[in-house]
Order: sequence, then C-alpha cells, then structure tokens
Amino acid sequence: MNVDWLNFTPWSSLAGGALIGLAASLFVVGNGRIAGISGLIGSLLQRNREGASEKALFILGLLVAPLLWGLFKALPPIEFQSGWSGLILAGLLVGLGTRYGSGCTSGHGVCGISRLSPRSMLATACFMLSGFLTVFVLRHLTGV
Amino acid sequence: MLKLNAFLAGLLFGVGLLLAGMANPTKVLAFLDVAGAWDPSLALVMVGAIAIAIGPLTWARRQRRSVLGNPMQLPARKELDRRLVGGSLLFGVGWGIAGICPGPAVTILLTGHWQAIVFVLAMLAGMGIFTLLETRRNP
Repeated sequence: MNVDWLNFTPWSSLAGGALIGLAASLFVVGNGRIAGISGLIGSLLQRNREGASEKALFILGLLVAPLLWGLFKALPPIEFQSGWSGLILAGLLVGLGTRYGSGCTSGHGVCGISRLSPRSMLATACFMLSGFLTVFVLRHLTGV
Repeated sequence: MLKLNAFLAGLLFGVGLLLAGMANPTKVLAFLDVAGAWDPSLALVMVGAIAIAIGPLTWARRQRRSVLGNPMQLPARKELDRRLVGGSLLFGVGWGIAGICPGPAVTILLTGHWQAIVFVLAMLAGMGIFTLLETRRNP
C-alpha cells in the first residue's frame, strides 16, 4: 500500500468530521430527525408533508454553507474527475441506490453507525466495498 | 426554533463537509483508490463524526421526544434484506465513478461548477425513478 502523505490532511478531516457529527447531533437532539441527506431529499421529492419545512431548511443550510464560507476565506479545492457521461451515470446510480438502500454516507455511515444500527453497518460496508472496487476497476483494470 | 435549529444543523453539516475535504471529488476518489496513491484522510472524517455523534444518538434512542418537542423519529426497520444490500452496492458504484455522495453534491451545488448541477439533476432523476418504480409496485 502506497500512502499519499503529501495530500494527507488528518487534522482538517478529523475536525470536519467532528463538525459533521455535531451537526447530526444538533438535528437529532433538537428536531428528533436523522441527518441523512438522501433520505431528506427523497422525502421532499415524494411530497411527504411531515416536517417538510424543517427538512428543506436543513438542505438550505447545506446550500448556504459554501456561500457563508466564501465570505471569510477562499473555498477549498473542488475538482472533478468526470465528464458529462460519468456524472450522469454516477448521479443516477447514487440517486437510485441510496433510495433503495435507505441511506447514504451521512444517514448510514455517520448517524446509523452512531446509533449502532446493524442495517447501517451492513449498508456502509456494502457501499464502501463497491466504492473501492469501482475505483480499482476504473483506474487499474480499464485505465479510464 | 425547530426551523432555526434545522437550518443551523444543515449549515454546520455543510461547513464540516467542506473542511473535511468530502466536498472535493478528487480527494474522495483518492480515498477510494487503495491500490493507487492512497489518501486515507476521509477515514478520519468518519472517526471524528462518529466520536461526536455516538453520545447524542445513544441518548436519542431512549427518548420519545426531541428537546424542541418533535417526536423522536429514528428508523425502526431491522431487516437485513436484498434491497438494503443491493441499493447500497449500487450507490457505492456511483460514488466510485464520480467521487460525489448526496451531502457534498448539495453542498457544492451553488459554487459555480456545472458538474455539480449535472450530478444533482441526475441524482434527483435517480430518486424519481425509484419513486416511480415503488408506486408501480404498491399502487
């Protein structure tokens, strides 16, 4: 295994993770809801009226975050590796998969594991595994 | 208060994603590329998040109401079924292709990158297809 120490950012990643954990805690303790992004968007898409304004405001907070950040300092790098077709295929799979799997990195990976849910642990293991395998196939087997 | 708290939680979540490096698809793909020049940073995002969230979520499991008075709505499903596994595997493939998951996708939507807009539209379409298939299954 070949670790890329130059791009390793342990402190900012740990601190960012802590903020994510704090945000998820704030949402569950205050609003009694799981901060799972795919679930929140899916619920809004299905016109589920229950808590729609709270869910929409959480999403609005996400949208505003980089704008607020930009007032104080330059945004961190946001660099893409995919073109049109890759983005569309990936988006479709992420949308479909997270709805069938009832969650994504936030709902299963952070909130689910934190409440020791076996479903979320299994889901997290599955998407991590297929994520690793997909990158392996694309980068090292097919050379795309 | 419920609305303000929801907005602040979302805002904090987004700032956390930006700081952590999760909002940079290149960094996410470098984390998923264990056989290449591997950047393990993002494993620490999960460590940091769970370390903070595990206490409050454990507390929440024992409550019937939230501090601000909402009913506590934690997922009740327990079954480890094919939908969970299949859906999560599919999500991981999409995540591995572009390096973007739903939270970061929303967070970078208004940062002026056309790629984020294309990805989010496709993701919404994927979720729409799910809803369509589900209503056909259980009309």
